[in-house]
Amino acid sequence: MQSSQTPPRANLAGWLYVAPLVLVLVPFFVAPILVVLAASFFATDGFGGLTPGFTLASYVEVLHSALTLKLYLATIKFTVLTWIFTLVIGFFVAYFLVFHVRNQLLAIGLFLLCTVPFWTSNIIRMISWIPLLGKEGLINQALLGMGVIRQPLEVLLFSDLAVVIAYVHQLTIFMIVPIFNSMARIDKKLIEAAIDAGASRFDIMRLVVVPMSRSGIALGTIFVVSIVMGDFFVVKVMSGGGSASVVSAFYEDVGVLQYPTAAASAVLLTLVLVAIVSLILRTVDIRQEITR
Amino acid sequence: MSAVLADMPKSDVSKTVAPATTKAIAPSKGGRPWTFYVLATLFAFYVIALYGPMFCIYILSFQDIRGGLVFPMKGHSLHWFVDLFTQVRTGDVMGSFDRSIKLAVIVTIITVVVSFLAGLGFRKRFRGDTFVFYMMIGSLVAPGLVLGLGTGLLFQALGLNASWYTSALGAQLSWTLPFGVLVMFAVMSRFNHVWEEAAYDLGASRWQSIRMVMIPVLAPGLVAVALFGFTLSYDEFARSLQTAGSLNTLPLEIWSMTLNVTSPSLYALGTVTTIVSFVVIGASLGTIVLIQKRRGSATKG
Repeated sequence: MQSSQTPPRANLAGWLYVAPLVLVLVPFFVAPILVVLAASFFATDGFGGLTPGFTLASYVEVLHSALTLKLYLATIKFTVLTWIFTLVIGFFVAYFLVFHVRNQLLAIGLFLLCTVPFWTSNIIRMISWIPLLGKEGLINQALLGMGVIRQPLEVLLFSDLAVVIAYVHQLTIFMIVPIFNSMARIDKKLIEAAIDAGASRFDIMRLVVVPMSRSGIALGTIFVVSIVMGDFFVVKVMSGGGSASVVSAFYEDVGVLQYPTAAASAVLLTLVLVAIVSLILRTVDIRQEITR
Repeated sequence: MSAVLADMPKSDVSKTVAPATTKAIAPSKGGRPWTFYVLATLFAFYVIALYGPMFCIYILSFQDIRGGLVFPMKGHSLHWFVDLFTQVRTGDVMGSFDRSIKLAVIVTIITVVVSFLAGLGFRKRFRGDTFVFYMMIGSLVAPGLVLGLGTGLLFQALGLNASWYTSALGAQLSWTLPFGVLVMFAVMSRFNHVWEEAAYDLGASRWQSIRMVMIPVLAPGLVAVALFGFTLSYDEFARSLQTAGSLNTLPLEIWSMTLNVTSPSLYALGTVTTIVSFVVIGASLGTIVLIQKRRGSATKG
């Protein structure tokens, strides 16, 4: 009907449609964030009670702590490693499905095969590495059996390696789906044109496929980065308590009822996340990509 | 993933561009380039790594009483499943299972309705739509544990008791709704507006066009939204941790088991909960395929 100028009636109708969504997000997203923000300025009696007021003590404590830097470095290390592995695997899996599987139904079937675990429990998928990576796990048994090693490798489970394995296992799907969607929209004629113009396979990848999958890569990156940076249970379980991340430290703080310190650290983390996500959003108009 | 689900009906009809030459990465007709074999191997490894560990714990959960957490398999029985539901040590598995299913059903219904309406709303620009959109993205990427704590503190401040059907329900919706709406975007982008216009031209009211045109046409997409709503709620953990109150949901039960229980009961619970997930996924995908089939035969016949 009417377009371009968005008359008042269209505004009203739009708001009526999204009203239920807003009615859920305001109390359960906006308000909690504000509560955490407020709590970060409150004082505590040390027993979980909060004294309303305004103090920057928690921020001073968090920023002065040598632990904070260590936690952020650990979190960034996990994030970067996970991002690289999920991106490379996700990109090539999507590429294989879109450009190499000729039967469309088969491609969709294989794609669904990749997505099914997404709809199952993360925790279960995480602990399912224990029988493989453990000291007496399958991998150690196999390596011992082949005579590659004499002592079982202890580094496989309850280590940083195990944490990264669990992340990549859980999150590659978040790269595959958006990259697959953007690749599937690439007009195959473009690639034929590139071939006719004398492009090599590498040129096509570099000059056509990668640039045109950019929005999928950006979307996948947002998912992977925000999930890894917001995670605590993979770090806690898979590192066996040996490593910590920003949110797992937050979890410990909450456990001992240090709400203001936990809240201050959460606010800092949120600011870092917002900065990263908005940097990514500057390179690509997500909304247009999604709604197109 | 939903986009592809929604695409399934048209895939063999509208995309009739499949002769070998258009898959132009393989310039030589018929023959596969070497990259095919490399990537096919990578893909196979990926799928094995994806499913392999999961199947290990399903297998190990069927050991007998001597069973441990690693291979080799010691006997086979249903001992650990019985153990799971009868032992006090493993906690209130039945109760949490029951709560998780009920909660997931409520979340699914709300997610489908709210996402559908929001999907309709976002089709046209309106003042403030970008704000709502980014609020949704924010809700999606915010650390779940932090949001959960905020919700918990909010309920505490308001003097309300946190419980799985109030605070945890809301906390889970803040996670399932953004997914639901994103899936609706993908579904809506494939909806041909001409059908809706035609309904209006024939004198349909707004409600009639939604009920008699949009819902039937978008049914497969709505099933996909329901699948997301159910499974994301059923497996949700971080946001429920501080909001579920005194009674656990199933993922919280699993979480406490990973910290306390070192017997194959843990694997048995993993097997049981995955079976539920697989049943839901299978039913959803089956429903979508069924709708497409009936639609296909209706247009042909």
